[in-house]
Amino acid sequence: MTDKITIEIDGRACEATPGEMIIAVADREGISIPRFCYHKKLSIAANCRMCLVEMEQNGRPFPKPVPACATPVCAGLKVQTRSPKALEAQKGTMEFLLINHPLDCPICDQGGECELQDVAMGYGRDVSRYVERKRVVMDQDLGSLIATDMTRCIHCTRCVRFGAEIAGLRELGATGRGEQVRIGTFVEHTMAHELSGNIIDLCPVGALTSKPYRFQARAWELTQAPGLAPHDALGSNLNLHLRRGRVMRVHPRENEAINETWISDRDRFSYEGLYSEDRLTAPLVKKDGVWEAIGWSEALQLAATRLKAAGASLGTLISPAATLEEMFLAQKLTRGLGSNDIDSRLRQQDFRADANAPLLPWLGVPIAAVERQQAILLVGSDIRAEVPLLAHRIRKAAMENEARVFVINPYALELTFPADQLVGTPTANLQDLAAIAKALGVKGTGSLKDPLAHASPDAGHRAAADALLQAGSGLILLGALATAHPDYALLQALASAVAKAAKLNLGFIPAAANAVGAHLAGALPQVLPGAQAAEVPGAATRAMLAEPRRAYLLWQLEPGHDLCDPALATQALGRAEFVIACASHRSPDLEALAHLMLPIAAFAETAGTLVNVEGTWQSFRGVVPPPGEARPGWKVLRVLGNLLDLPGFDQDSQAEVATEVSNLCADARPSNALRGTLKASSAPAADLWRIGNVPLYRLDLLVRRAPALQRARGAGCFNAHLHPEQAAALGLAAGDEVIVRQGEASVRTQVSLSATVPLGCARIPAAMAGSEHLGVQIGPLSIAKA
Amino acid sequence: MLQTMRDYLRSLLLLELFQGLGVTGRYLFKTKFTVQYPEEKAPLSPRFRGLHALRRYENGEERCIACKLCEATCPALAITIEAEPRADGSRRTTRYDIDLFKCIFCGFCEESCPVDSIVETSCYEYCFEQRGEHIMTKERLLAIGDQYEAEIAAARAADAPYR
Repeated sequence: MTDKITIEIDGRACEATPGEMIIAVADREGISIPRFCYHKKLSIAANCRMCLVEMEQNGRPFPKPVPACATPVCAGLKVQTRSPKALEAQKGTMEFLLINHPLDCPICDQGGECELQDVAMGYGRDVSRYVERKRVVMDQDLGSLIATDMTRCIHCTRCVRFGAEIAGLRELGATGRGEQVRIGTFVEHTMAHELSGNIIDLCPVGALTSKPYRFQARAWELTQAPGLAPHDALGSNLNLHLRRGRVMRVHPRENEAINETWISDRDRFSYEGLYSEDRLTAPLVKKDGVWEAIGWSEALQLAATRLKAAGASLGTLISPAATLEEMFLAQKLTRGLGSNDIDSRLRQQDFRADANAPLLPWLGVPIAAVERQQAILLVGSDIRAEVPLLAHRIRKAAMENEARVFVINPYALELTFPADQLVGTPTANLQDLAAIAKALGVKGTGSLKDPLAHASPDAGHRAAADALLQAGSGLILLGALATAHPDYALLQALASAVAKAAKLNLGFIPAAANAVGAHLAGALPQVLPGAQAAEVPGAATRAMLAEPRRAYLLWQLEPGHDLCDPALATQALGRAEFVIACASHRSPDLEALAHLMLPIAAFAETAGTLVNVEGTWQSFRGVVPPPGEARPGWKVLRVLGNLLDLPGFDQDSQAEVATEVSNLCADARPSNALRGTLKASSAPAADLWRIGNVPLYRLDLLVRRAPALQRARGAGCFNAHLHPEQAAALGLAAGDEVIVRQGEASVRTQVSLSATVPLGCARIPAAMAGSEHLGVQIGPLSIAKA
Repeated sequence: MLQTMRDYLRSLLLLELFQGLGVTGRYLFKTKFTVQYPEEKAPLSPRFRGLHALRRYENGEERCIACKLCEATCPALAITIEAEPRADGSRRTTRYDIDLFKCIFCGFCEESCPVDSIVETSCYEYCFEQRGEHIMTKERLLAIGDQYEAEIAAARAADAPYR
């Protein structure tokens, strides 16, 4: 730690670290210096010249004003930010910046929250001296999320630096010099990065603005309320901007430990899904195949009667993004009726590890510690689609900490950082991990005996093993594609063995916003509230669907999109006597399979608690009213509990439910250690595998209904993506109509060629329109020409 | 005693009555300034703040660009605007309502308008017969603008030298 020095800014003594920039010290002290190009999370460009200040060192004045953002502090420094000389320099810069900036504030979306407008109020002249023609720049089409008005650009290059330094994808650049500088994509293309929306916040003027929010509201009409992102497991902090009971847009709320100053586009634009046409606004009951709106009391009575009739033969499937309170009450209701069959691991197909799996799995290290790792092994994770900001942390580790990153995945990932990828079929993924384990000297005992005996480490595996072993701190992460793997139990065992042998932290990347909370709330068949092991474990998702229950309670999910095996789910739910669906939106598959639909509040409309990937409890309030008759989910469950005369359903507020859960969780500590050795597993085999990844913008029912996101590239494409050689071997060409078959299930689709998919695999995304006709996300598949 | 007599005479001779009648008589023969409304109307200043209107440009394009400054400045919160991009990508209102029950006719809206779109005309003869008519919608405001455009333009021109 270097010694602190004291400098003087505007006559005030300020403590600073040598080498720090003047503007950083001033910001900390609350002294405002106007700036456009400086941003604390980006590198220093010093190209706007707005932060010019007067400076003297040890009584020697500098001949010219210096930029505060690019001048490091040193002992004996005296800075004047408001002296006549500094003000003259700042005013001069302002006049130059305004030469080409159009005076179209009334039609600019940034009007009212524009840094240029604010600074111009302080430093601009009343009347422009510039009478010549202003420069006009053609707009760019950056896709469905970002609107451009490039004439307004002042070339601060924040967006360019964001692309290069944070996103890791240089989508925007500056071409030309002087007045001819243009910010753009150079070759016309749309922005595809999952964090691209952050350039909207970064842009100090109205050159880059939000397209879905375009012209909708003014900054002064909005009220701000804190919120939480309901999608990935990071739990990004949000500021919701509201007007007249409606979420108008979403901005990041700074939280250095979780999302820094960024949020992913999924968190930013998914609010649009709240206002989709198919919101459920009243309880609906199916009478002779026709949906009829009924009152809440009638609906709840009906639900209670049917639930009571089902009793122990009730299966509850709850979304892993449901709040802690909803999960807790749902499991209380299910267990109160004598059933232990409640699950929130909807995309998992192998549950053999349940008896020995950790009771409260988590990321293994705090989110902020990911960037300090020296080696990271990702197993079965399309990390950029699963948790975009975790990918950003891994990128930081790789770029700033020079961490080695290894990936074992069933298709090659487009990553923004260097990584060694071991791509192969799900069987090959297992073998790769086993080979790394063997290279690390893991002794094959129990279930590991067989896979390790067959493993033959090659140079790549040894290199990975060496790098992992030499890393002072390393992390092995199991992602969503590992969870959906047909031999997830073995993957877990191998990963655990690798972690132990190389002294790495083992981590799980949970599927959704509250997947860790599900273990605390007890929304799993083998886990009771407080992450306690259940004496009599219930049936997990797959068993619940394989042996149909009399009644099902579906919580905030679409059976065709949110379950690992939609075909099996359709069959099981179709056979059930009664299916109650509590959801915020209606969907064709729910309409076909459910008998009663209860409208519940979503996202910003209800209060709740989410436990993120590092085990942080974060609560949020409901800030907009739910539409129509929709009610907060925990209230619906509480009333159902009362109608069923179950004990423990007398909470008056969400906070009471949360307190009840937290009291139960006093001793719960996250741990990824396996409890005992896993049972034997069989190595799966198939000639052709289906890899059903969930595309970035198909994660949950809210995102699937956000129109702008659905037009973006991350919405995926329901084609059979095949390696060109694989397609040739099957006698197929790009664009061919094919019928893909998984057991009984089949659907018609088209062939696309992609070299990222390994031989022996066809990547056919899940959660897409069409995928509801298919079977397990990762499993055997056959393709035939239609 | 003398004072009592004087007061008695004054009231007996109806002196004050005749004084009053004298005033009335004077006005009887003076020039009249009573206006025979509605046949005749009093002159109005070009700055008169009457019923609101939304103006158009000569080519028929509506002036309003949905900047919402009038909504922000309105002290009575009488204006409600909703906006979205029009098919051609320009910024336009989809809703522009003025609640005339709330409006206090202060004229801040027309002062704040950067494109002289919302104006207060010299029209003060209007009434509401149906519930809800007091909400001036965008269509009605534009129609008033079209109807009074010549008058509005003349009033603006007359006031221009003093701005």
